[in-house]
Amino acid sequence: MSTDGETLPDPAATASATAAAVYCTGLQYAFGRTKAVDGVDLSVRAGEVFGLLGPNGAGKTTTIRAITTLLPVPSGMVQVFGHDAARQKMAVRRLLGYVPQQLSADGGLTGRENVSLFARVFDVPRRERAARVEQALAAVDLTEAADRMAGTYSGGMVRRLELAQALVSAPRLLVLDEPTIGLDPIARTSVWERIAEVRAATGMTVLVTTHYMDEADQYCDRVALMHQGTIRALGTPGELKAEVRAQRSDPADGLPSLDDVFRHYAGSTLSASTGNSTGKEGEFGDVRRTRRTASRVG
Amino acid sequence: MSVVPAAPLPASAEPDESAAATGSRFGLLLVPPPARTGWRLVPARVLALCVVELQKLRHDRTEIYTRAVQPALWLLIFGETFTRLKAIPTNGIPYLDYLAPGIIAQSAMFIAIFYGILIIWERDSGVLTKLLVTPTPRAALVTGKAFAAGVKAVLQAAVVIVIAALLGVSLTWNPLKLLGVVVVVLLGSAFFSCLSMTIAGIVLTRDRLMGIGQAITMPLFFGSNALYPVALMPGWLQVVSRVNPLSYQVDALRGLLIGTHSHLGTDFAVLAFATVLGITSASALLGRLAR
Repeated sequence: MSTDGETLPDPAATASATAAAVYCTGLQYAFGRTKAVDGVDLSVRAGEVFGLLGPNGAGKTTTIRAITTLLPVPSGMVQVFGHDAARQKMAVRRLLGYVPQQLSADGGLTGRENVSLFARVFDVPRRERAARVEQALAAVDLTEAADRMAGTYSGGMVRRLELAQALVSAPRLLVLDEPTIGLDPIARTSVWERIAEVRAATGMTVLVTTHYMDEADQYCDRVALMHQGTIRALGTPGELKAEVRAQRSDPADGLPSLDDVFRHYAGSTLSASTGNSTGKEGEFGDVRRTRRTASRVG
Repeated sequence: MSVVPAAPLPASAEPDESAAATGSRFGLLLVPPPARTGWRLVPARVLALCVVELQKLRHDRTEIYTRAVQPALWLLIFGETFTRLKAIPTNGIPYLDYLAPGIIAQSAMFIAIFYGILIIWERDSGVLTKLLVTPTPRAALVTGKAFAAGVKAVLQAAVVIVIAALLGVSLTWNPLKLLGVVVVVLLGSAFFSCLSMTIAGIVLTRDRLMGIGQAITMPLFFGSNALYPVALMPGWLQVVSRVNPLSYQVDALRGLLIGTHSHLGTDFAVLAFATVLGITSASALLGRLAR
Protein backbone atom coordinates (compact mmCIF):
# COMPACT_ATOMS: atom_id res chain seq x y z
CA MET A 1 0.00 0.00 0.00
CA SER A 2 1.27 3.40 -0.79
CA THR A 3 -0.10 6.65 0.52
CA ASP A 4 1.09 10.16 0.86
CA GLY A 5 -0.20 13.48 2.05
CA GLU A 6 -0.42 15.36 -1.21
CA THR A 7 -3.16 17.94 -1.40
CA LEU A 8 -3.98 20.26 -4.24
CA PRO A 9 -2.89 22.84 -5.33
CA ASP A 10 0.52 21.36 -4.57
CA PRO A 11 2.36 21.27 -7.96
CA ALA A 12 3.25 17.61 -7.40
CA ALA A 13 -0.40 16.85 -6.81
CA THR A 14 -1.36 18.75 -9.94
CA ALA A 15 1.12 16.71 -11.96
CA SER A 16 -0.23 13.54 -10.41
CA ALA A 17 -3.78 14.60 -11.28
CA THR A 18 -2.78 15.27 -14.86
CA ALA A 19 -1.10 11.90 -15.24
CA ALA A 20 -3.87 9.94 -13.55
CA ALA A 21 -6.90 8.47 -15.25
CA VAL A 22 -8.95 9.31 -12.17
CA TYR A 23 -7.86 11.64 -9.44
CA CYS A 24 -10.08 12.32 -6.43
CA THR A 25 -9.10 14.43 -3.51
CA GLY A 26 -11.19 15.13 -0.43
CA LEU A 27 -14.31 13.74 -2.10
CA GLN A 28 -17.32 13.89 0.19
CA TYR A 29 -20.95 13.21 -0.50
CA ALA A 30 -23.89 13.05 1.85
CA PHE A 31 -27.49 11.97 1.40
CA GLY A 32 -29.18 14.35 3.77
CA ARG A 33 -27.37 14.02 7.08
CA THR A 34 -25.84 10.68 6.19
CA LYS A 35 -22.32 10.71 4.80
CA ALA A 36 -21.97 8.21 1.95
CA VAL A 37 -18.43 9.22 1.02
CA ASP A 38 -16.28 10.84 3.63
CA GLY A 39 -13.04 12.29 2.29
CA VAL A 40 -11.93 9.88 -0.40
CA ASP A 41 -8.51 10.56 -1.96
CA LEU A 42 -7.75 8.29 -4.85
CA SER A 43 -5.54 8.07 -7.89
CA VAL A 44 -6.17 5.54 -10.63
CA ARG A 45 -3.31 5.18 -13.07
CA ALA A 46 -3.85 5.21 -16.80
CA GLY A 47 -4.03 1.69 -18.19
CA GLU A 48 -4.57 -0.23 -14.99
CA VAL A 49 -7.51 -2.33 -13.82
CA PHE A 50 -8.44 -0.74 -10.52
CA GLY A 51 -10.86 -2.41 -8.15
CA LEU A 52 -12.97 -0.51 -5.64
CA LEU A 53 -14.01 -3.11 -3.09
CA GLY A 54 -16.35 -3.07 -0.17
CA PRO A 55 -19.66 -4.24 1.23
CA ASN A 56 -23.08 -2.75 0.50
CA GLY A 57 -23.09 0.81 1.73
CA ALA A 58 -19.32 1.25 1.70
CA GLY A 59 -19.64 4.24 -0.66
CA LYS A 60 -18.36 2.53 -3.81
CA THR A 61 -21.32 3.37 -6.01
CA THR A 62 -21.50 6.96 -4.74
CA THR A 63 -17.81 7.40 -5.54
CA ILE A 64 -18.36 5.92 -9.00
CA ARG A 65 -21.35 8.20 -9.53
CA ALA A 66 -19.30 11.26 -8.68
CA ILE A 67 -16.56 10.15 -11.07
CA THR A 68 -19.06 9.54 -13.87
CA THR A 69 -20.67 12.99 -13.35
CA LEU A 70 -23.98 11.47 -12.23
CA LEU A 71 -23.66 13.19 -8.88
CA PRO A 72 -22.41 16.70 -8.19
CA VAL A 73 -19.15 17.07 -6.29
CA PRO A 74 -20.18 19.25 -3.34
CA SER A 75 -16.85 18.88 -1.59
CA GLY A 76 -13.42 17.92 -2.86
CA MET A 77 -12.29 17.45 -6.43
CA VAL A 78 -12.66 14.73 -9.05
CA GLN A 79 -10.69 14.70 -12.28
CA VAL A 80 -10.80 12.26 -15.16
CA PHE A 81 -7.71 12.48 -17.35
CA GLY A 82 -7.24 16.02 -16.10
CA HIS A 83 -10.85 17.13 -16.75
CA ASP A 84 -12.81 18.37 -13.77
CA ALA A 85 -15.88 16.16 -13.31
CA ALA A 86 -17.85 19.03 -11.76
CA ARG A 87 -17.09 21.69 -14.35
CA GLN A 88 -16.23 19.80 -17.55
CA LYS A 89 -18.92 17.16 -17.53
CA MET A 90 -19.25 16.77 -21.29
CA ALA A 91 -15.48 16.40 -21.72
CA VAL A 92 -15.41 13.76 -18.98
CA ARG A 93 -18.37 11.85 -20.41
CA ARG A 94 -16.69 11.62 -23.81
CA LEU A 95 -13.88 9.68 -22.14
CA LEU A 96 -16.15 7.25 -20.31
CA GLY A 97 -17.72 3.92 -20.98
CA TYR A 98 -20.10 3.03 -18.18
CA VAL A 99 -21.79 -0.21 -17.21
CA PRO A 100 -24.16 0.29 -14.25
CA GLN A 101 -24.95 -2.35 -11.67
CA GLN A 102 -28.40 -3.04 -13.09
CA LEU A 103 -28.87 -5.03 -16.28
CA SER A 104 -29.40 -1.98 -18.43
CA ALA A 105 -29.69 -3.31 -21.97
CA ASP A 106 -33.09 -2.60 -23.51
CA GLY A 107 -34.92 -5.90 -23.94
CA GLY A 108 -37.22 -4.34 -26.54
CA LEU A 109 -34.33 -3.85 -28.98
CA THR A 110 -31.94 -6.26 -30.66
CA GLY A 111 -28.37 -6.46 -29.47
CA ARG A 112 -27.22 -4.54 -32.55
CA GLU A 113 -29.81 -1.79 -31.97
CA ASN A 114 -28.73 -1.48 -28.33
CA VAL A 115 -25.13 -0.87 -29.37
CA SER A 116 -26.14 1.34 -32.27
CA LEU A 117 -27.98 3.69 -29.90
CA PHE A 118 -24.75 4.32 -28.02
CA ALA A 119 -22.85 4.80 -31.26
CA ARG A 120 -25.37 7.50 -32.12
CA VAL A 121 -25.29 9.30 -28.78
CA PHE A 122 -21.48 9.31 -28.89
CA ASP A 123 -21.62 10.89 -32.37
CA VAL A 124 -20.07 8.02 -34.33
CA PRO A 125 -20.31 9.19 -37.95
CA ARG A 126 -22.91 7.35 -40.00
CA ARG A 127 -20.33 6.04 -42.51
CA GLU A 128 -18.52 4.03 -39.85
CA ARG A 129 -21.39 3.35 -37.45
CA ALA A 130 -22.32 -0.11 -38.73
CA ALA A 131 -18.69 -1.27 -38.84
CA ARG A 132 -17.97 0.07 -35.37
CA VAL A 133 -21.07 -1.58 -33.93
CA GLU A 134 -20.06 -4.83 -35.59
CA GLN A 135 -16.58 -4.63 -34.05
CA ALA A 136 -17.97 -3.87 -30.61
CA LEU A 137 -20.28 -6.88 -30.85
CA ALA A 138 -17.43 -9.06 -32.11
CA ALA A 139 -15.22 -7.92 -29.24
CA VAL A 140 -17.68 -9.47 -26.79
CA ASP A 141 -18.55 -12.52 -28.90
CA LEU A 142 -22.08 -11.47 -29.68
CA THR A 143 -21.92 -11.34 -33.47
CA GLU A 144 -24.17 -14.34 -33.95
CA ALA A 145 -26.74 -13.13 -31.43
CA ALA A 146 -26.62 -9.50 -32.62
CA ASP A 147 -30.00 -9.55 -34.33
CA ARG A 148 -31.83 -11.33 -31.55
CA MET A 149 -33.90 -9.32 -29.10
CA ALA A 150 -31.83 -8.49 -26.03
CA GLY A 151 -34.75 -9.66 -23.92
CA THR A 152 -33.92 -13.22 -24.95
CA TYR A 153 -30.27 -12.98 -23.83
CA SER A 154 -28.90 -14.76 -20.79
CA GLY A 155 -27.52 -12.67 -17.92
CA GLY A 156 -23.94 -13.15 -19.08
CA MET A 157 -24.84 -12.16 -22.63
CA VAL A 158 -26.58 -9.00 -21.40
CA ARG A 159 -23.47 -8.05 -19.46
CA ARG A 160 -21.35 -8.59 -22.56
CA LEU A 161 -23.83 -6.54 -24.59
CA GLU A 162 -23.49 -3.71 -22.09
CA LEU A 163 -19.76 -3.99 -22.47
CA ALA A 164 -20.17 -3.61 -26.24
CA GLN A 165 -22.34 -0.54 -25.66
CA ALA A 166 -19.60 0.95 -23.52
CA LEU A 167 -16.82 0.04 -25.95
CA VAL A 168 -18.39 1.40 -29.13
CA SER A 169 -17.21 4.95 -28.32
CA ALA A 170 -13.59 3.88 -27.69
CA PRO A 171 -13.58 5.13 -24.08
CA ARG A 172 -10.31 5.81 -22.26
CA LEU A 173 -11.90 4.91 -18.95
CA LEU A 174 -14.25 1.95 -18.61
CA VAL A 175 -16.29 2.12 -15.41
CA LEU A 176 -18.01 -1.07 -14.31
CA ASP A 177 -20.28 -1.13 -11.28
CA GLU A 178 -20.58 -4.71 -9.98
CA PRO A 179 -20.30 -6.18 -13.51
CA THR A 180 -20.58 -9.82 -12.47
CA ILE A 181 -23.17 -9.63 -9.73
CA GLY A 182 -25.63 -12.51 -9.91
CA LEU A 183 -23.79 -14.27 -12.76
CA ASP A 184 -22.81 -17.92 -12.63
CA PRO A 185 -19.06 -18.69 -12.45
CA ILE A 186 -18.78 -19.42 -16.17
CA ALA A 187 -20.50 -16.19 -17.16
CA ARG A 188 -18.38 -14.26 -14.64
CA THR A 189 -15.20 -15.67 -16.15
CA SER A 190 -16.46 -14.89 -19.64
CA VAL A 191 -17.18 -11.26 -18.74
CA TRP A 192 -13.78 -10.82 -17.11
CA GLU A 193 -12.02 -12.44 -20.05
CA ARG A 194 -13.64 -9.99 -22.44
CA ILE A 195 -12.68 -7.08 -20.18
CA ALA A 196 -9.09 -8.30 -19.99
CA GLU A 197 -8.90 -8.89 -23.74
CA VAL A 198 -10.22 -5.46 -24.64
CA ARG A 199 -8.06 -3.78 -22.03
CA ALA A 200 -4.96 -5.50 -23.38
CA ALA A 201 -5.82 -4.51 -26.94
CA THR A 202 -6.81 -0.91 -26.31
CA GLY A 203 -4.84 0.09 -23.23
CA MET A 204 -7.92 1.60 -21.65
CA THR A 205 -8.19 2.12 -17.91
CA VAL A 206 -10.75 -0.01 -16.09
CA LEU A 207 -12.33 1.07 -12.83
CA VAL A 208 -14.48 -1.66 -11.34
CA THR A 209 -16.46 -2.09 -8.14
CA THR A 210 -17.14 -5.57 -6.84
CA HIS A 211 -18.06 -7.57 -3.78
CA TYR A 212 -16.13 -10.54 -5.06
CA MET A 213 -12.67 -10.49 -3.52
CA ASP A 214 -11.54 -13.51 -5.58
CA GLU A 215 -12.26 -11.63 -8.81
CA ALA A 216 -10.46 -8.55 -7.58
CA ASP A 217 -7.49 -10.68 -6.56
CA GLN A 218 -7.30 -12.33 -9.96
CA TYR A 219 -8.08 -9.48 -12.35
CA CYS A 220 -7.23 -6.14 -10.69
CA ASP A 221 -3.79 -4.54 -10.84
CA ARG A 222 -4.58 -2.53 -7.73
CA VAL A 223 -7.48 -2.39 -5.33
CA ALA A 224 -8.85 0.04 -2.77
CA LEU A 225 -10.77 -1.33 0.19
CA MET A 226 -13.66 0.95 1.06
CA HIS A 227 -15.67 0.85 4.24
CA GLN A 228 -18.13 3.36 5.70
CA GLY A 229 -17.32 6.01 3.14
CA THR A 230 -13.55 5.95 3.47
CA ILE A 231 -10.69 4.09 1.84
CA ARG A 232 -9.13 1.81 4.42
CA ALA A 233 -6.32 0.34 2.32
CA LEU A 234 -4.92 0.60 -1.17
CA GLY A 235 -2.33 -1.31 -3.17
CA THR A 236 -1.84 -4.37 -5.32
CA PRO A 237 -3.58 -7.47 -3.96
CA GLY A 238 -0.13 -8.97 -3.32
CA GLU A 239 1.08 -5.92 -1.40
CA LEU A 240 -2.02 -5.79 0.76
CA LYS A 241 -1.83 -9.47 1.57
CA ALA A 242 1.89 -9.25 2.40
CA GLU A 243 1.30 -6.24 4.61
CA VAL A 244 -1.41 -8.02 6.60
CA ARG A 245 0.72 -11.12 6.87
CA ALA A 246 3.59 -9.04 8.26
CA GLN A 247 1.30 -7.58 10.91
CA ARG A 248 0.06 -10.95 12.09
CA SER A 249 1.37 -12.24 15.35
CA ASP A 250 2.17 -15.59 13.81
CA PRO A 251 3.62 -15.22 10.29
CA ALA A 252 3.45 -18.98 9.95
CA ASP A 253 -0.29 -18.58 9.37
CA GLY A 254 0.43 -18.31 5.67
CA LEU A 255 -0.54 -15.70 3.08
CA PRO A 256 -3.96 -14.25 3.86
CA SER A 257 -6.67 -14.00 1.24
CA LEU A 258 -8.06 -10.67 0.08
CA ASP A 259 -11.10 -11.47 2.24
CA ASP A 260 -8.76 -11.65 5.24
CA VAL A 261 -7.20 -8.34 4.20
CA PHE A 262 -10.60 -6.76 4.02
CA ARG A 263 -11.55 -8.06 7.46
CA HIS A 264 -8.24 -6.80 8.79
CA TYR A 265 -8.91 -3.22 7.67
CA ALA A 266 -12.69 -3.05 7.98
CA GLY A 267 -13.19 -5.28 10.97
CA SER A 268 -15.22 -8.45 10.86
CA THR A 269 -18.48 -6.67 11.66
CA LEU A 270 -19.94 -5.13 8.53
CA SER A 271 -23.31 -4.27 10.01
CA ALA A 272 -24.86 -0.96 9.05
CA SER A 273 -25.63 -0.12 12.62
CA THR A 274 -22.70 2.22 12.93
CA GLY A 275 -23.20 5.93 12.74
CA ASN A 276 -21.52 6.27 9.40
CA SER A 277 -23.85 3.96 7.51
CA THR A 278 -24.68 5.50 4.17
CA GLY A 279 -28.33 4.67 4.56
CA LYS A 280 -29.39 5.76 1.09
CA GLU A 281 -27.26 3.40 -0.93
CA GLY A 282 -26.08 0.98 1.64
CA GLU A 283 -29.18 -0.39 3.09
CA PHE A 284 -32.57 -1.11 1.64
CA GLY A 285 -32.13 0.56 -1.75
CA ASP A 286 -28.76 -0.98 -2.49
CA VAL A 287 -29.82 -4.43 -1.44
CA ARG A 288 -33.02 -4.15 -3.45
CA ARG A 289 -31.07 -3.06 -6.54
CA THR A 290 -28.65 -5.92 -6.09
CA ARG A 291 -31.44 -8.45 -5.69
CA ARG A 292 -33.29 -7.07 -8.68
CA THR A 293 -30.20 -7.43 -10.83
CA ALA A 294 -29.55 -10.91 -9.51
CA SER A 295 -33.15 -11.82 -10.20
CA ARG A 296 -32.99 -10.53 -13.77
CA VAL A 297 -29.87 -12.54 -14.57
CA GLY A 298 -31.65 -15.60 -13.25
CA MET B 1 -5.81 9.53 2.52
CA SER B 2 -4.13 10.54 -0.71
CA VAL B 3 -2.72 7.83 -2.84
CA VAL B 4 -0.12 7.74 -5.56
CA PRO B 5 0.89 4.83 -7.71
CA ALA B 6 2.89 2.30 -5.74
CA ALA B 7 4.52 0.38 -8.52
CA PRO B 8 5.55 0.89 -12.16
CA LEU B 9 2.71 0.97 -14.60
CA PRO B 10 1.70 -2.37 -15.98
CA ALA B 11 2.32 -2.96 -19.65
CA SER B 12 -1.32 -2.35 -20.27
CA ALA B 13 -0.96 1.41 -20.12
CA GLU B 14 -0.33 1.37 -23.86
CA PRO B 15 -1.69 -1.10 -26.40
CA ASP B 16 0.11 -4.38 -25.82
CA GLU B 17 2.14 -5.72 -28.76
CA SER B 18 1.10 -9.24 -27.95
CA ALA B 19 -2.44 -8.09 -28.26
CA ALA B 20 -1.84 -6.63 -31.69
CA ALA B 21 -3.75 -9.41 -33.35
CA THR B 22 -6.68 -8.84 -31.04
CA GLY B 23 -6.28 -5.11 -31.50
CA SER B 24 -6.64 -5.39 -35.24
CA ARG B 25 -10.03 -6.96 -34.63
CA PHE B 26 -11.01 -3.86 -32.73
CA GLY B 27 -9.58 -1.30 -35.21
CA LEU B 28 -12.29 1.33 -34.97
CA LEU B 29 -12.71 0.82 -31.24
CA LEU B 30 -9.31 2.37 -30.67
CA VAL B 31 -10.33 5.74 -32.09
CA PRO B 32 -12.83 7.97 -30.26
CA PRO B 33 -15.48 9.44 -32.57
CA PRO B 34 -15.26 13.18 -33.30
CA ALA B 35 -17.28 15.26 -30.86
CA ARG B 36 -20.40 16.88 -32.24
CA THR B 37 -20.86 20.36 -30.82
CA GLY B 38 -23.07 23.41 -31.20
CA TRP B 39 -26.60 23.45 -32.53
CA ARG B 40 -26.32 20.02 -34.20
CA LEU B 41 -26.09 18.22 -30.87
CA VAL B 42 -29.75 18.44 -29.83
CA PRO B 43 -31.24 17.38 -33.21
CA ALA B 44 -28.80 14.45 -33.32
CA ARG B 45 -29.88 13.25 -29.87
CA VAL B 46 -33.56 13.77 -30.65
CA LEU B 47 -33.12 11.72 -33.83
CA ALA B 48 -31.26 8.96 -31.97
CA LEU B 49 -34.00 8.60 -29.35
CA CYS B 50 -36.80 8.81 -31.93
CA VAL B 51 -35.12 6.05 -33.96
CA VAL B 52 -35.07 3.86 -30.84
CA GLU B 53 -38.79 4.49 -30.31
CA LEU B 54 -39.53 3.50 -33.92
CA GLN B 55 -37.35 0.39 -33.62
CA LYS B 56 -39.26 -0.68 -30.51
CA LEU B 57 -42.60 -0.11 -32.22
CA ARG B 58 -41.40 -2.09 -35.23
CA HIS B 59 -40.62 -5.05 -32.98
CA ASP B 60 -43.86 -4.85 -31.02
CA ARG B 61 -46.91 -3.08 -32.45
CA THR B 62 -49.27 -4.42 -29.78
CA GLU B 63 -49.37 -1.11 -27.95
CA ILE B 64 -50.48 0.78 -31.05
CA TYR B 65 -53.37 -1.62 -31.63
CA THR B 66 -54.49 -1.92 -28.02
CA ARG B 67 -54.32 1.82 -27.48
CA ALA B 68 -56.57 2.29 -30.52
CA VAL B 69 -59.46 0.56 -28.73
CA GLN B 70 -60.30 3.40 -26.35
CA PRO B 71 -60.42 6.22 -28.95
CA ALA B 72 -62.39 3.93 -31.24
CA LEU B 73 -64.95 3.44 -28.45
CA TRP B 74 -65.13 7.18 -27.81
CA LEU B 75 -65.84 7.83 -31.48
CA LEU B 76 -68.12 4.87 -31.98
CA ILE B 77 -70.23 5.07 -28.83
CA PHE B 78 -69.95 8.59 -27.44
CA GLY B 79 -69.56 10.25 -30.85
CA GLU B 80 -72.33 8.38 -32.65
CA THR B 81 -74.75 8.78 -29.74
CA PHE B 82 -74.18 12.50 -29.24
CA THR B 83 -74.38 13.07 -32.99
CA ARG B 84 -77.95 11.71 -32.83
CA LEU B 85 -78.78 13.62 -29.64
CA LYS B 86 -77.67 16.93 -31.15
CA ALA B 87 -77.25 18.09 -27.54
CA ILE B 88 -74.02 19.97 -28.11
CA PRO B 89 -74.07 23.00 -30.41
CA THR B 90 -71.25 22.69 -32.94
CA ASN B 91 -72.15 25.32 -35.54
CA GLY B 92 -73.70 22.84 -37.92
CA ILE B 93 -70.80 20.41 -37.92
CA PRO B 94 -71.75 16.78 -37.21
CA TYR B 95 -70.75 16.06 -33.61
CA LEU B 96 -68.64 13.10 -34.67
CA ASP B 97 -66.57 15.39 -36.91
CA TYR B 98 -66.30 17.89 -34.05
CA LEU B 99 -65.26 15.16 -31.63
CA ALA B 100 -62.64 13.41 -33.78
CA PRO B 101 -59.81 16.00 -33.33
CA GLY B 102 -60.51 16.04 -29.59
CA ILE B 103 -60.15 12.28 -29.41
CA ILE B 104 -56.92 12.42 -31.42
CA ALA B 105 -55.53 14.93 -28.92
CA GLN B 106 -56.83 12.86 -26.01
CA SER B 107 -55.23 9.62 -27.21
CA ALA B 108 -51.91 11.41 -27.81
CA MET B 109 -52.10 12.96 -24.34
CA PHE B 110 -52.85 9.62 -22.69
CA ILE B 111 -49.65 8.20 -24.22
CA ALA B 112 -47.56 11.18 -23.18
CA ILE B 113 -48.92 11.76 -19.68
CA PHE B 114 -47.63 8.38 -18.49
CA TYR B 115 -44.24 8.72 -20.20
CA GLY B 116 -42.68 9.55 -16.84
CA ILE B 117 -43.35 5.96 -15.78
CA LEU B 118 -41.06 4.86 -18.59
CA ILE B 119 -38.41 7.26 -17.33
CA ILE B 120 -38.69 5.82 -13.82
CA TRP B 121 -38.48 2.30 -15.27
CA GLU B 122 -35.38 3.37 -17.21
CA ARG B 123 -33.95 4.80 -13.98
CA ASP B 124 -34.59 1.53 -12.13
CA SER B 125 -33.16 -0.58 -14.95
CA GLY B 126 -30.03 1.55 -15.38
CA VAL B 127 -30.87 2.68 -18.92
CA LEU B 128 -31.35 6.32 -17.86
CA THR B 129 -28.19 6.28 -15.76
CA LYS B 130 -26.22 5.04 -18.72
CA LEU B 131 -27.66 7.70 -21.01
CA LEU B 132 -26.83 10.39 -18.46
CA VAL B 133 -23.17 9.35 -18.67
CA THR B 134 -23.08 9.98 -22.42
CA PRO B 135 -22.16 13.39 -23.87
CA THR B 136 -25.80 14.39 -23.91
CA PRO B 137 -26.91 17.51 -22.05
CA ARG B 138 -29.94 16.82 -19.89
CA ALA B 139 -32.07 19.24 -21.89
CA ALA B 140 -31.15 17.31 -25.06
CA LEU B 141 -32.01 14.02 -23.39
CA VAL B 142 -35.37 15.33 -22.21
CA THR B 143 -36.07 16.84 -25.64
CA GLY B 144 -35.19 13.53 -27.26
CA LYS B 145 -37.47 11.62 -24.90
CA ALA B 146 -40.25 14.18 -25.40
CA PHE B 147 -40.18 13.89 -29.17
CA ALA B 148 -39.82 10.11 -28.96
CA ALA B 149 -43.14 10.19 -27.07
CA GLY B 150 -44.38 12.44 -29.87
CA VAL B 151 -43.40 9.86 -32.50
CA LYS B 152 -45.47 7.25 -30.69
CA ALA B 153 -48.36 9.70 -30.39
CA VAL B 154 -48.21 10.58 -34.11
CA LEU B 155 -48.53 6.89 -35.01
CA GLN B 156 -51.44 6.65 -32.57
CA ALA B 157 -53.03 9.75 -34.13
CA ALA B 158 -52.69 8.18 -37.58
CA VAL B 159 -54.61 5.14 -36.37
CA VAL B 160 -57.36 7.32 -34.88
CA ILE B 161 -57.56 9.37 -38.10
CA VAL B 162 -58.07 6.16 -40.08
CA ILE B 163 -60.80 5.03 -37.63
CA ALA B 164 -62.47 8.45 -37.89
CA ALA B 165 -62.32 8.32 -41.68
CA LEU B 166 -63.90 4.85 -41.64
CA LEU B 167 -66.71 6.23 -39.46
CA GLY B 168 -67.39 8.86 -42.10
CA VAL B 169 -65.75 11.91 -40.54
CA SER B 170 -64.96 14.52 -43.20
CA LEU B 171 -61.25 15.06 -42.77
CA THR B 172 -58.82 17.00 -44.90
CA TRP B 173 -56.24 15.07 -46.89
CA ASN B 174 -54.24 18.19 -47.74
CA PRO B 175 -50.58 17.15 -47.18
CA LEU B 176 -49.61 20.53 -45.76
CA LYS B 177 -52.45 20.47 -43.26
CA LEU B 178 -51.60 16.89 -42.33
CA LEU B 179 -48.03 18.00 -41.78
CA GLY B 180 -49.44 20.67 -39.49
CA VAL B 181 -51.35 17.94 -37.64
CA VAL B 182 -48.09 16.02 -37.16
CA VAL B 183 -46.40 19.13 -35.73
CA VAL B 184 -49.32 19.86 -33.40
CA VAL B 185 -49.42 16.28 -32.10
CA LEU B 186 -45.63 16.28 -31.66
CA LEU B 187 -45.66 19.54 -29.70
CA GLY B 188 -48.65 18.55 -27.56
CA SER B 189 -47.17 15.16 -26.74
CA ALA B 190 -43.78 16.71 -26.07
CA PHE B 191 -45.38 19.04 -23.52
CA PHE B 192 -47.41 16.37 -21.76
CA SER B 193 -44.50 13.93 -21.65
CA CYS B 194 -42.34 16.69 -20.17
CA LEU B 195 -45.07 17.36 -17.62
CA SER B 196 -44.98 13.67 -16.79
CA MET B 197 -41.17 13.62 -16.57
CA THR B 198 -41.31 16.70 -14.33
CA ILE B 199 -43.72 14.94 -11.99
CA ALA B 200 -41.49 11.85 -12.15
CA GLY B 201 -38.56 14.02 -11.07
CA ILE B 202 -40.58 15.20 -8.08
CA VAL B 203 -42.33 12.03 -6.90
CA LEU B 204 -39.57 9.58 -7.99
CA THR B 205 -41.70 6.41 -7.83
CA ARG B 206 -43.96 4.69 -10.34
CA ASP B 207 -46.86 4.24 -7.93
CA ARG B 208 -47.02 7.91 -7.04
CA LEU B 209 -46.71 8.97 -10.65
CA MET B 210 -49.44 6.55 -11.71
CA GLY B 211 -51.75 8.04 -9.08
CA ILE B 212 -50.99 11.63 -10.06
CA GLY B 213 -51.24 10.78 -13.77
CA GLN B 214 -54.69 9.32 -13.28
CA ALA B 215 -55.70 12.27 -11.11
CA ILE B 216 -54.78 14.91 -13.71
CA THR B 217 -55.67 13.14 -16.95
CA MET B 218 -59.43 13.46 -16.71
CA PRO B 219 -59.42 17.09 -15.46
CA LEU B 220 -57.12 17.98 -18.38
CA PHE B 221 -59.45 16.20 -20.81
CA PHE B 222 -62.77 17.47 -19.46
CA GLY B 223 -61.29 20.91 -18.79
CA SER B 224 -60.55 21.35 -22.48
CA ASN B 225 -62.57 21.92 -25.63
CA ALA B 226 -62.12 18.29 -26.71
CA LEU B 227 -65.76 17.28 -26.06
CA TYR B 228 -67.68 20.55 -26.12
CA PRO B 229 -67.17 24.22 -27.00
CA VAL B 230 -65.58 26.43 -24.36
CA ALA B 231 -68.59 28.77 -24.53
CA LEU B 232 -70.76 26.07 -22.92
CA MET B 233 -68.52 25.79 -19.87
CA PRO B 234 -69.11 27.58 -16.57
CA GLY B 235 -66.81 30.56 -16.03
CA TRP B 236 -64.30 28.82 -13.77
CA LEU B 237 -63.95 25.93 -16.23
CA GLN B 238 -63.37 28.38 -19.07
CA VAL B 239 -60.40 29.71 -17.11
CA VAL B 240 -59.08 26.17 -16.72
CA SER B 241 -59.56 25.60 -20.42
CA ARG B 242 -57.65 28.76 -21.30
CA VAL B 243 -54.54 27.65 -19.38
CA ASN B 244 -54.84 24.05 -20.57
CA PRO B 245 -52.49 23.34 -23.50
CA LEU B 246 -54.81 20.52 -24.59
CA SER B 247 -57.41 23.15 -25.60
CA TYR B 248 -54.92 24.80 -27.96
CA GLN B 249 -53.95 21.42 -29.38
CA VAL B 250 -57.59 20.53 -30.04
CA ASP B 251 -58.30 23.97 -31.53
CA ALA B 252 -55.38 23.59 -33.96
CA LEU B 253 -56.35 20.02 -34.88
CA ARG B 254 -59.94 21.06 -35.54
CA GLY B 255 -58.84 23.92 -37.75
CA LEU B 256 -56.42 21.74 -39.69
CA LEU B 257 -58.46 18.56 -39.97
CA ILE B 258 -62.07 19.68 -40.35
CA GLY B 259 -61.59 23.32 -41.29
CA THR B 260 -63.35 25.02 -38.37
CA HIS B 261 -62.40 28.54 -37.38
CA SER B 262 -59.27 28.30 -35.25
CA HIS B 263 -56.40 30.39 -33.99
CA LEU B 264 -53.46 28.52 -35.48
CA GLY B 265 -50.87 31.19 -34.71
CA THR B 266 -51.81 31.35 -31.04
CA ASP B 267 -52.21 27.56 -30.84
CA PHE B 268 -48.71 26.89 -32.23
CA ALA B 269 -47.18 29.63 -30.09
CA VAL B 270 -48.78 28.34 -26.88
CA LEU B 271 -47.83 24.72 -27.63
CA ALA B 272 -44.24 25.70 -28.48
CA PHE B 273 -43.95 27.83 -25.34
CA ALA B 274 -45.45 25.08 -23.18
CA THR B 275 -43.01 22.56 -24.69
CA VAL B 276 -40.01 24.78 -23.95
CA LEU B 277 -41.30 25.29 -20.41
CA GLY B 278 -41.82 21.55 -20.00
CA ILE B 279 -38.34 20.72 -21.31
CA THR B 280 -36.80 23.27 -18.94
CA SER B 281 -38.59 21.95 -15.86
CA ALA B 282 -38.06 18.26 -16.69
CA SER B 283 -34.35 18.88 -17.40
CA ALA B 284 -33.93 20.65 -14.09
CA LEU B 285 -35.43 17.70 -12.22
CA LEU B 286 -33.91 14.85 -14.24
CA GLY B 287 -30.83 14.79 -12.04
CA ARG B 288 -32.98 13.85 -9.03
CA LEU B 289 -33.84 10.60 -10.77
CA ALA B 290 -30.17 9.75 -11.20
CA ARG B 291 -29.28 10.08 -7.51
